[in-house]
Amino acid sequence: MAENNLELTRNQKEVELFFGPNHPGMHGNFSVHLKLEGDTVVQAEPVPGFLHRGFEKLMERRLWMSNLALIPRICVPEPDINEMVYAMAVERLSELQVPPRGNWIRVLILELARINAHLMSIGGLGGASGLYTDMYWAMTERDWILDIFEKITGARVYHMYIVIGGVRQDLPEGIVPFILERLDGLERRLKEFHDLLYKNPVLHARLKDRLILNRSMCEEMCITGIGLRATGIPHDIRRVDPYAAYEEMDFDIPTGEKGDALTRGHLKLLEVEQSIRIIRQVLAKIPSGPVRQKPLGNALRWRVPAGETFEHVESSRGEYGYYVVSDGSEKPYRIHVRGASYPQGLYGVQRYMPGTRIEDVALWLGTMDFCPPEIDR
Amino acid sequence: MTKGFFAPAVAWKYLAKKPITICVPKEERPAAPRYRGFHTNDIEKCIGCGTCGSICPTEAIHMVEVDLPSEPGNFNRRPAIDYGRCSFCALCVDICTTGSLKMTREYVHIDPDPESFFFIPEEKGIHSREMEEGYARDESSDLLELQRVVMSLLDAKNRVKSFVEMVQGYSKEQAQHEASRCVDCSLCREACPANMHIPQYIEAIWKGNEQQAAREIYRTNPLPEVCGRVCTHNCETACSIGNRGEPVAIRWLKRYALDAVEPSSLARVLKFDTAIEKNGKKVAIVGAGPAGLAAAYFLAPMGYQVTIFEKQDKAGGVMRYGIPAYRLPDEALDRDIAVVESLGVEIRTGVEVGKNLSLDQLKNSYKYDAVLLAVGFSATRSTQIPGSEHPQVQQALEFLAQVRDWVRNPRGQVPRVESRLIVIGGGNVAFDVARSAARIQKFQYGKVDVRLVSLESREIMPADLEEIEEGQEEGIQILNSYGPRKIEIQEDRIKGVSLVKCLSVFDENKRFNPTFDENDARFLEGNGVVEAIGQAPDYSLLPEHLQKELEIVRGRFIASEDGQTSVPWLFVAGDILNGPDIIHGVADGHRAAQGIDEFLGKEAEAPKKK
Repeated sequence: MAENNLELTRNQKEVELFFGPNHPGMHGNFSVHLKLEGDTVVQAEPVPGFLHRGFEKLMERRLWMSNLALIPRICVPEPDINEMVYAMAVERLSELQVPPRGNWIRVLILELARINAHLMSIGGLGGASGLYTDMYWAMTERDWILDIFEKITGARVYHMYIVIGGVRQDLPEGIVPFILERLDGLERRLKEFHDLLYKNPVLHARLKDRLILNRSMCEEMCITGIGLRATGIPHDIRRVDPYAAYEEMDFDIPTGEKGDALTRGHLKLLEVEQSIRIIRQVLAKIPSGPVRQKPLGNALRWRVPAGETFEHVESSRGEYGYYVVSDGSEKPYRIHVRGASYPQGLYGVQRYMPGTRIEDVALWLGTMDFCPPEIDR
Repeated sequence: MTKGFFAPAVAWKYLAKKPITICVPKEERPAAPRYRGFHTNDIEKCIGCGTCGSICPTEAIHMVEVDLPSEPGNFNRRPAIDYGRCSFCALCVDICTTGSLKMTREYVHIDPDPESFFFIPEEKGIHSREMEEGYARDESSDLLELQRVVMSLLDAKNRVKSFVEMVQGYSKEQAQHEASRCVDCSLCREACPANMHIPQYIEAIWKGNEQQAAREIYRTNPLPEVCGRVCTHNCETACSIGNRGEPVAIRWLKRYALDAVEPSSLARVLKFDTAIEKNGKKVAIVGAGPAGLAAAYFLAPMGYQVTIFEKQDKAGGVMRYGIPAYRLPDEALDRDIAVVESLGVEIRTGVEVGKNLSLDQLKNSYKYDAVLLAVGFSATRSTQIPGSEHPQVQQALEFLAQVRDWVRNPRGQVPRVESRLIVIGGGNVAFDVARSAARIQKFQYGKVDVRLVSLESREIMPADLEEIEEGQEEGIQILNSYGPRKIEIQEDRIKGVSLVKCLSVFDENKRFNPTFDENDARFLEGNGVVEAIGQAPDYSLLPEHLQKELEIVRGRFIASEDGQTSVPWLFVAGDILNGPDIIHGVADGHRAAQGIDEFLGKEAEAPKKK
């Protein structure tokens, strides 16, 4: 159908519409240039560039350590993955060994960040489908998690905590009961999310068996993360190529079958459950010892041996990687950010959005976990 | 939809719950203890090194001049933060060299005036009120490396058996590692009397470019082999890293730079211009010590014909005849002197000005256009206590000269060292004497028995800490806070020294004026005494009319900044101007060279105007 619609012309009542960048349903500073026939999208053109700050170029002009303040800003809902892949790349090139406790704390932070990102996404799902209660609840729960970040890292959103060689500081005293208390609260709320959102007939009507992204589509576009897992493939970097201390964690990888929007949305909730499971393991079994191994000299003179590497982690949106090249100096030579939602954000929008209805555009972007800075980097 | 009918009512239960949001917050929500809020800075503790600004990823920190005195190790500038740029990453706190920069838990600032977002943090934060401390650095977040790369030394047992140089030098890896501790703040450069380009040569070493490092060093100091070993390193005292850790080993790095460059290729590395056009002017320098050599090094490339007159057989002055060989071997000194000579400087040794020829002759008969007096402090001060006039009581400089002569020529006369020696003095020279004597005692008697009596308490002892520690390792016993009263002589032999307790060394005006507790006296047994309480000048070389014309206060010349005396053609430099210290000598020599050039340049221009 979509193919035929492309041939429609203006005199057949076609309407052009810019969806975003200033639209409450848009996930960040991004725009989709739509052509509509009635309520149906016939052509969708992604328009990136509203967020372009030249992250990759800026990194080349900053010290290896100073980049710590820049990299988390590539992803607001889940900044910690940036810190993680960056640190992993530098550690690989410098042959730094992160102490075990540092790795376990990294898992804790990354899973908290995953919960964070998923809650924002679940809230977004409610917002885009008119279920505002769900949105408020999710954002409130997210704020409770941000309190944990504030206590551990000293900041709520941009933590700058996972650093070259480990983590910046050890966990503060008394944090374990605090985290457990917040996790208990979240777990109680998860059931309510389940009842409110995923049993909701309105959402079922709008998402079930709709906005399908099947296995061949995922393969064609190299979509990873929930998009791929919703089609039944348990692909997760934490399992496929374990990093930090994930090898020692016991967790399941929730998968779906159909690859429809409801499955994708539901997987987020199931992943939050698994993240809580992982965090409980970390808190129970975390080894003692130092949390960081630093390179030689002071941070103004940290040098990374010449070489190149690609490091990847499992973000809430899928495989997330940095390609890092060092020429042996105190600044990176080149860094390339491979955002997880790059394929669905550009090719996915263009190829698979036509055919959806105008009111589902925000939902499409929401269930696909689209994050504009991964394109504008 | 099993709950279908009652489902909407589920939400009603929340009506009874206490709301978690409030309309207008009456109190600010307290931030977490680690919160990265607005900065504070202890202005007194801060040294203005600017390292916070160097690490800042957003260039939010600028150093601004403040109304504070600039002194060694402390610039008169403080960080100002632009909160329009600050990303609250706290890297500035992590790297702060003093620990003065901190963060509070304060996080709200609303002001229509954009200027208010640019401020110099002080002890009270942005709103001048008491706020709890927020994010604080700890060991794992510290971005400085506080420990020095350990320099390998000969162990005490072995080094006391010989005069072999005890410091073994850095390897390339060690030097680069040590250089990577530097934060490039330039406090060292300000503190160095010669204003050496220290950050520049450390950076060159860090980058593995020792030749560049050597070029940076030779811009201001022609004696790096010497200064790389025995400099008093004011730079390290001022080093910002020293506030929380061990200062960067600047002296050893200087030595490494020269160790890494082949002496034979030095002239090529330094890009010396061998075909210097002479300007027809002649300058005589009296004394081939640090100041004289430095002045010659800077004068020769300007086109002057420079001749140094040295009374000893070899050039070097105190570096050759004072400092023991285990600290400064002859070979190192020879390499430095060779560089000066390679510029065409003539060093005439064995010529004593004032004896073989006079200053007036230099000026009038030999037609030198200017004369630089750099004779140093060549006489030892005596305690003048009863018994000190005894011929067996030795003087530090004479003793050290004998030791060095013997080290150069081991077949010659072994310097006289008694089996139970007492050294009077608490400075580096006293330790040079004590440690040299320990080596000779080990050689002659098989054991060390040297006791060092210092007027000063351990805390204010003028000797370097490493001298004290290394001396003790070698078996020197130190007796602090005692002053000598009398050297006991019986049957023309030294029996020991009577001491009294010293209560204070300096008076309220910080002038040397010791007070003693006569009730606390003790006797130190020994059969030999060396006095090492300081050096003094010997101005017998000055002709009578010059002695009248020149202004000398407490042994030192009064001269202009570049060393010009009231007799325009006579310049002075080194100990006799600024006290005994090699690096001051080098700095004086440099300034005197510039002063002489200015003086003779003007003289050359004057006739043309007529």
